[in-house]
Amino acid sequence: MTALRNIRPTTAGIALAAAVLLGLWPLLPAWAAHTAAVSLGGGLVALGLMILIRFGLVSFGQGLFFAIGGYAAALANQFLGITDMLVLSVAGITAAGAIAWALGYIVRGHRGIFFAMLNLAFSMILFGILAKTVALGSTDGFSVGVPTLLGVAPGPEAGRLTFVLFGFIVISSALVAWIVDRILASPVGYAGQGVRENELRLRYLGVSARGAVHLAYIMAAKLAALGGVFTVLLIGHVTPEDTAYWTKSGEFVFVAILGGAGNVAAPFIAQTVFELVRTFALQYVPEAWQMLLGITLLLVILFLPGGLWSLVDRLRGRNA
Amino acid sequence: MPEALLETRGLGKTFGAVVAAEDVSVSVAAGEIVGVIGANGAGKTTFCNMVTGYLTPDRGRILFRGTDITGCTVGEATAAGIHRSFQIPQLFPGLTVYENLLLSVGVFGHRRPPWWKPLVRPEIQEAARRVMEQYRISDSAETRVDRLPQGVRKLLDIAMAMVGGPAMILLDEPTSGISTEEKFDVMGNVIDALRSSGATVLFVEHDMDVVGRYADRVIAFREGRVLADGAPQEVLENPAVIEHVVGRRPPRSSDA
Ligand SMILES: Nc1ncnc2c1ncn2[C@@H]1O[C@H](COP(=O)(O)OP(=O)(O)OP(=O)(O)O)[C@@H](O)[C@H]1O
Ligand SMILES: [Mg+2]
Repeated sequence: MTALRNIRPTTAGIALAAAVLLGLWPLLPAWAAHTAAVSLGGGLVALGLMILIRFGLVSFGQGLFFAIGGYAAALANQFLGITDMLVLSVAGITAAGAIAWALGYIVRGHRGIFFAMLNLAFSMILFGILAKTVALGSTDGFSVGVPTLLGVAPGPEAGRLTFVLFGFIVISSALVAWIVDRILASPVGYAGQGVRENELRLRYLGVSARGAVHLAYIMAAKLAALGGVFTVLLIGHVTPEDTAYWTKSGEFVFVAILGGAGNVAAPFIAQTVFELVRTFALQYVPEAWQMLLGITLLLVILFLPGGLWSLVDRLRGRNA
Repeated sequence: MPEALLETRGLGKTFGAVVAAEDVSVSVAAGEIVGVIGANGAGKTTFCNMVTGYLTPDRGRILFRGTDITGCTVGEATAAGIHRSFQIPQLFPGLTVYENLLLSVGVFGHRRPPWWKPLVRPEIQEAARRVMEQYRISDSAETRVDRLPQGVRKLLDIAMAMVGGPAMILLDEPTSGISTEEKFDVMGNVIDALRSSGATVLFVEHDMDVVGRYADRVIAFREGRVLADGAPQEVLENPAVIEHVVGRRPPRSSDA
């Protein structure tokens, strides 16, 4: 895979996608708007995994940072009375960034299955702690109030998903995707290729491979945390099982592979497909939805090893 | 004698029962082209590994431009200006020749690569193309390196090692795996490019004709120790070197 030549989304493309979503708001039924927002939240986590995949790494414990983001926002809301979604997002990102910085010193020397499993181990520890902490509601978790933005508070009759929250999620996701795209095209992104392709050569080019992995790890953690904040604000509740449990981490890996590492849009598309398949499967064939997901993944691995995004690449290749 | 660019004092390295280096004290002056010879397992690669910070010597010191660099990391040795090529080329196999150089030029020397500026910029592209021309591998620009013939892989490996303009370059068997007919072509091309860059060169080589042709000085290793060190004629005709390194071979009267 020659990621160096992947077609990059334009700034205009990302802005257009955001504008379309915002413009659709009045037309979208509540469930669709909710699905779109939830997909952006989960897509951010998968986007972080995509950065790691570019480095040849995968984490089976990204739920750790998803949970840290979610809990940081929920705690700040419940115990400090903060309702501003911008402040809550910053809180989640900061907490995850600090913890990833510290854990990064442990993980950055590991590759392959060890890197993946170390993260799983961390996430299981956090799950254990959260599930045992009575003050945080143990396995039941606790609730989060309806967020505000810069003093704009939704009226009491408004549902949980207000236009303010929807718009905030859409615009921040677009901004983050734009930044990640630039990072992947920067020397850091290319250093990631170097780590994946030949770490020895990279070191002899004067680059600290461990330093680059550490940086990627922190970036992925911050993205997962932001996804966690969004998800918790959308759901209005946080539990260990829906954030830090290992099946949640597995879901994110699933989505990252489903989308492929070709483009920053891929994780969001894959997360949307995932949410739609789950929603409809749970409604019509509740006992078979996992089987359905399994088959989807199998087909992607067998026929689209570059993920769903490779379909887009193929179409463009044919038109060119 | 001019001040040494690289100097080692009593370097030693032991792997279990194998002594890969023992009391290695050599000195290389700026501008010299030094050939290193020795039988398989004599410690030539171990020497390169120690000088570039890949291995830490168990004993002895390494000085570069008079500064003690013993125990520094690969990144630090690279930053100090000591680069190397490899016995087995170390490339980015999934990328093309051009992309390998683009990546190398773009990330070179960034211990912490900047994330806010794009790597592909006209000056980086230009530099990558220049390197390809210099090493005459432009024809393979668009070929993925895992599909390249050995000769081009070797050249690319050296070209990548030269990114950043080192003061000193260690070439570990630059002509290994290249046919006898092509060896002089490749080596001539490389030495020309290195000379014009002004780098001091130390190259490990098994082909004595190549050594005799390009080295200003020759160091012979045997079982981790320096067996002989001096002018090429002198070292290549030293009886101990002939016995342990060069091997006896029929005189070739016809190629004079
Ligand atoms: N990392 C290592 N671990 C264990 N033994 C090693 C290691 N590196 C080198 N050796 C041993 O040290 C000795 C010297 O090896 P070295 O690779 O330096 O030889 P060389 O002169 O480069 O040989 P060649 O011409 O085959 O490349 C050999 O006996 C080798 O097996
Ligand atoms: Mg060797």
